[in-house]
Amino acid sequence: MAAHRCGFLPPLFILCALSVLTVTWTQETIPLGSHRAAAADSKPTDTKSVAQTTEQLAVEQRQWEATEVEEATSAAAAVSKQDNSSPEDVVQTSTPKPKDEFQEELVVRPLHSGDIYASFQFRTLWQTDFTRERKVSHYGLFPKSLGQVISKFSVRELHISFTQGYWRTMQWGQPFLSSPPGAELWVWFQDTVTDVDGTWKELANVLSGIFCASLNFIDSTNTVQPTASFKPLGIGNVTDHRFLRYATLPREIVCTENLTPWKKLLPCGTKAGLAVLLKSEKLFHSSFYSQAVHIRPVCQDWQCKTASWELRQTLNVVFDLHNSGQGKREWSLFKMFSRTLTEACPLASTSKIYIDVTDNPEGEQFELSPATALLSQAVVLGDRRTFSVYDLTQQITFGTVRSLNVLMRWKSSEGDMLRPLLHAERYVAGYGLQTGEIHTLMYNNHPYRSFPVLLLDSVPWYLRMYIHTLTVTSKGKDNKPSYIHYQPSKDRVRPHLLEMLVQLPPNSVTEVTVEFERALLKWTEYTPDPNHGFYVGSSVISSLVPSLVALDTNSTWQRPLFSTFFPCKEESSYFVRVYTEPLLVNLPTPDFSMPYNVICLTCTVVAVGYGSLYNLLTRTFQIEEPSPGLAKRLANIIRRMRGVPPL
Amino acid sequence: HTAGCFITDNVGQFFSSGHTNNWAVLVCTSRFWFNYRHVANTLSVYRSVKRLGIPDSHIVLMLADDMACNHRNPKPATVFSHKNMELNVYGDDVEVDYRGYEVTVENFLRVLTGRLPPSTPRSKRLLSDDRSNILIYLTGHGGNGFLKFQDSEEISNVELADAFEQMWQKRRYNELLFIIDTCQGASMYERFYSPNLMALASSQVGEDSLSHQPDVGIGVHLMDRYTFYLLEFLEDIHPASKTCMNDLFKVCPKSQCVSTPGHRTDLFLRDPGSVLVTDFFGSVRKVEITMDSINLTSVVSHRKEEPAANGELQKEVYSYSDQLPVSEIIHQKPKQRDWHPPDGFILGLWTLILLVFFQTYGIKHLKHIF
Repeated sequence: MAAHRCGFLPPLFILCALSVLTVTWTQETIPLGSHRAAAADSKPTDTKSVAQTTEQLAVEQRQWEATEVEEATSAAAAVSKQDNSSPEDVVQTSTPKPKDEFQEELVVRPLHSGDIYASFQFRTLWQTDFTRERKVSHYGLFPKSLGQVISKFSVRELHISFTQGYWRTMQWGQPFLSSPPGAELWVWFQDTVTDVDGTWKELANVLSGIFCASLNFIDSTNTVQPTASFKPLGIGNVTDHRFLRYATLPREIVCTENLTPWKKLLPCGTKAGLAVLLKSEKLFHSSFYSQAVHIRPVCQDWQCKTASWELRQTLNVVFDLHNSGQGKREWSLFKMFSRTLTEACPLASTSKIYIDVTDNPEGEQFELSPATALLSQAVVLGDRRTFSVYDLTQQITFGTVRSLNVLMRWKSSEGDMLRPLLHAERYVAGYGLQTGEIHTLMYNNHPYRSFPVLLLDSVPWYLRMYIHTLTVTSKGKDNKPSYIHYQPSKDRVRPHLLEMLVQLPPNSVTEVTVEFERALLKWTEYTPDPNHGFYVGSSVISSLVPSLVALDTNSTWQRPLFSTFFPCKEESSYFVRVYTEPLLVNLPTPDFSMPYNVICLTCTVVAVGYGSLYNLLTRTFQIEEPSPGLAKRLANIIRRMRGVPPL
Repeated sequence: HTAGCFITDNVGQFFSSGHTNNWAVLVCTSRFWFNYRHVANTLSVYRSVKRLGIPDSHIVLMLADDMACNHRNPKPATVFSHKNMELNVYGDDVEVDYRGYEVTVENFLRVLTGRLPPSTPRSKRLLSDDRSNILIYLTGHGGNGFLKFQDSEEISNVELADAFEQMWQKRRYNELLFIIDTCQGASMYERFYSPNLMALASSQVGEDSLSHQPDVGIGVHLMDRYTFYLLEFLEDIHPASKTCMNDLFKVCPKSQCVSTPGHRTDLFLRDPGSVLVTDFFGSVRKVEITMDSINLTSVVSHRKEEPAANGELQKEVYSYSDQLPVSEIIHQKPKQRDWHPPDGFILGLWTLILLVFFQTYGIKHLKHIF
C-alpha cells in the first residue's frame, strides 16, 4: 500500500501545488489572524495547506475506490463493535478528514564557537481517540509497535530520550529540546490504571525490547514521582501526580542499535526524505547526540474539541568543527552527514529545512548556497529568529542536479552570542570516601527580571542526604524556597526526591548545597566495574523564563515544528527545561578478592592449628628397637634353631 | 572440500536433519576496551549468521560492553575485524538484545532455559522448540572448566552441561552446535552429557587462544585467531552451499592458530560428515507447495466511526496544562499518603506498654475493654 501511494504522490502533489498556486496567487489570502508570525511564508504555506487538503481528498477517494460504500450495512455495523465480525466498509463522511499526517523538518543553527547544531523533528499525527476506541487494529503512518504499547499500558503521555554527551549551554545557547545524558523516561498514565508501579515496570521492559536498551534496570530504586515538575505536555484536564513516573539511567550508552529501531518508526524509514541523512558513522562522531520519542495527545484543530495522538521524534546533534578535520570554517549537508538530499518523503505533508540566518541578515558573516528566496520568521526560545527555508516538496529546490547540498561558507566570525538567561551547573565537593556535598548552581543572567525555577533532584539511596544541611543562597543571602517537597529514601527501595520552587533574583547565582554520606553496599550489589564510580542522575530545572519578544498563545498549525513543542500560556515568558551534569561519585569499594583470601587463610590456620592439636591428643608413642647388624641377625637365626633365647 | 561429505542430491535430504527453524545465541562476556577483540569476534559471527539467513528475531546477541560508541574508539559506531579498517562488522542494522550489565551468568542461563520474567520482551527470549537447531557461540576469557563473565563472575562447565540437559528435557532444541573461543576452551565441553550436541573449541586444556593482529590506529587487537579464520571460512559459505561440518573442524590448524582447536561429536546422533554448515549457520525456510485455491476475505474492516462533532453538542473543550503554575504549586496540599498498617516496631512498642500497664494495675481492668 505504501509503495503504491509513494508512486502516485510526488507528481500529483506537484501538479496540485502548481495549479492551485497559479489560481490563487492573485487572490486574497484568508486572514489567519495576528498570530501569524511567519510573514513572507504565509502565501506559499497557505496555498500548500489548500493543496494539501485537496490532495488528501484525492488520496482518500483513491484509497476507498476498492471498497464500496454501503449505507445499508453501516447501520448494522454501528451495532456491532467487533473489528472482524464481517467484511465491513468504511463510511465516507462528507468532510474527509485526513487520517494520518506526517511532517518532517531539519533546523540548522550555526553556533558561535564554530560548531553547528542540527535538529531533526518528525511528527506523525494520528486521528484516533484512544479513550473512546479501545481496540484499534488499523495503523497507517503511526507505527504499530508504539500504538500497541500505548493501548496496552493505558499511556497518556510518553517521553523517552537517549543522549550521549552534555549540552554546553554557555557555549552553544539553549537547545530546542534539552535532554539529560543517558536515558530518561517519563510517563503519564491514564486515570483508569489501578497498579501504576506494576504497569510502569512492564512498560520499561517492553520499551527496552523496542529500543534495544537496558531499560529493564528501571525499577523502584531509580523511579520517582514528582509532585510539581513534569506537568503533562499534551491536552488534558486532570493532573493528578499519582499517575506520573520519572526515571533516568545516566549510565546508558547510545549507539547504532538504538538509532536503528528509532529510524524504523518513521513512515518513510531511511529511504526518502530527511531521514536519509541519518547515518550512524557521522552522527556518533559528534560532541552531542540526542534522540527522543515524544507521544502525547494534542488538539486536532483550533477548536480543540477532539484529540489526536502526536508522535514526535527528535534528533539533536552538534558537530564539532575541529573533530571533522577541516581548517576553515565551512559546513554543508555533505560534510555533516556524508549524504545529500534527493527528494522529500512522499508521505510527508511538509518537508522543510530551516537555516538560522538571524546573525547574518546581509550575508556578511557567511554565505549560503544554493540561494533560496523563502524566508521565515519564528519566535523560538523567546527570541525572534529568521530562517532561510528550503522546501523539499518543491522540485525546484533540488535544482538541475536533482540533489540538495546546503553549503555555508564563513567569511568572518565576529559578533558575540546572546548569553542564555538560565544556566545551571552541579558538582560534588568534599574529600574522602565518607562524606561529600552536592552543590547546584543556577545562574540568572537577566539584568532586571527575576523568575521562578522548579528544581527536581533525584539522588540514589546510597548517597544518604542530610536535608537539615540544605541551604539555598542567592547573592550571599538566604533564599527561602516557596515550596519544598522532600521524600526521604529507603535503602534499596526508593531514592531521595527533592523538589523546590526557588525565585531567582536578577543577575545572580543561586547555590543549593546539601551534605551527604556514602553508604557501603553489599558486595553483590557492586557493578562489575565499581572503580568507575556510580552515577547520580541530572537535576531538572523547569522554569518560566522572560522572553525578549511577545509570544503567541493561540495554538496553530502553521508554525514550524520546533517552535510548537511546549504549549505557551502567557505572552511574556516561555517554558524551558534545563538539565545539569550527572555526577560521578566513588563509593567505598571493597577488594573483591578478599573472600578468596579469607577462605584460604582460615582454612590454613584451621588445618595447622586443629591438625596439630589432634595429633598431639591422639598420637601414641612406641619405642622401637634399632635393627641389629648382619652378624647379630645370623647369630640370632642360629640361636633360634638351637632353641636358645636371642641376643 | 566436499570429498568427505556424503550428501545425496535429492529433495528428501532437505528435511533429513529434522529441523524447521534456526536460532543463534551469541555471547561476548568481556568488558573493557582492551577486550575489543571479543566484541569483534561476536559481531563477525553475528554478521555471518545474518547474511546466511537467520533473522534478527531469531538471534539473541549479548555484548558485555560497548566498543562502537566507546569514547576511546577513534572511529565511532564502527567495530573492525581486519586491520587497516577494512571490514566494519558493526554495520548499520544491528540489534543487541542484552548489553552492558545485563550480560550475566544468570541472564545467560535464563535465556537458554527459557525461565525469564513474564514481562521480558520477545527479542530477549530464546523461543526455540523441539525442531530448532541452535548455534551457541561464546567468547571471552576462560580457564580450565570455567568462562569469566565481565571480570566478576564465572560459569563452569558443569553448569553449562546442566543447562543443556534442561534444554533437552524441555525439548528446546533439535540439535545444538556449541562454539567457544577462549583459552582452554575444550574444557567447557568436557562435561556435556545430553544428546545431539556438537562442540567446537579454539584450544585444548592447558593451551591459550591467541589474538590475531593489532591495529595501530585503534590500538588494540582486533580479533582472535580462531574466529578470524572461522570468519574467512564462513565468507565462502552461501545459503545454498553444501559444505559440511568436517570442513568446519579443519578450520584454523595449529600452524595458523598456534593452539590446537578441538571438537566433540560423540553425543551427536547424525554423522558429522552429513551435517551441513548451513544447518546451524543458515536458516531453513520451509516452503509448502499447495495446489488449492484460497478465497481472500476483505481485510479492511473498520469499526463504524461514531458521529463526529456535529452529532454531539456538549463536548468539553480540551486545553493544554500550565507547565509551571506557580501559585498552584505554592498552595499545593501535602500529598495524601496511603495508610499503612502500623509497622512491627510500633506494634511491639504498644504491646510492651499495654503489658506493663496491665502488670502494674492488674488484670481486672481488662474487662473495661472487652
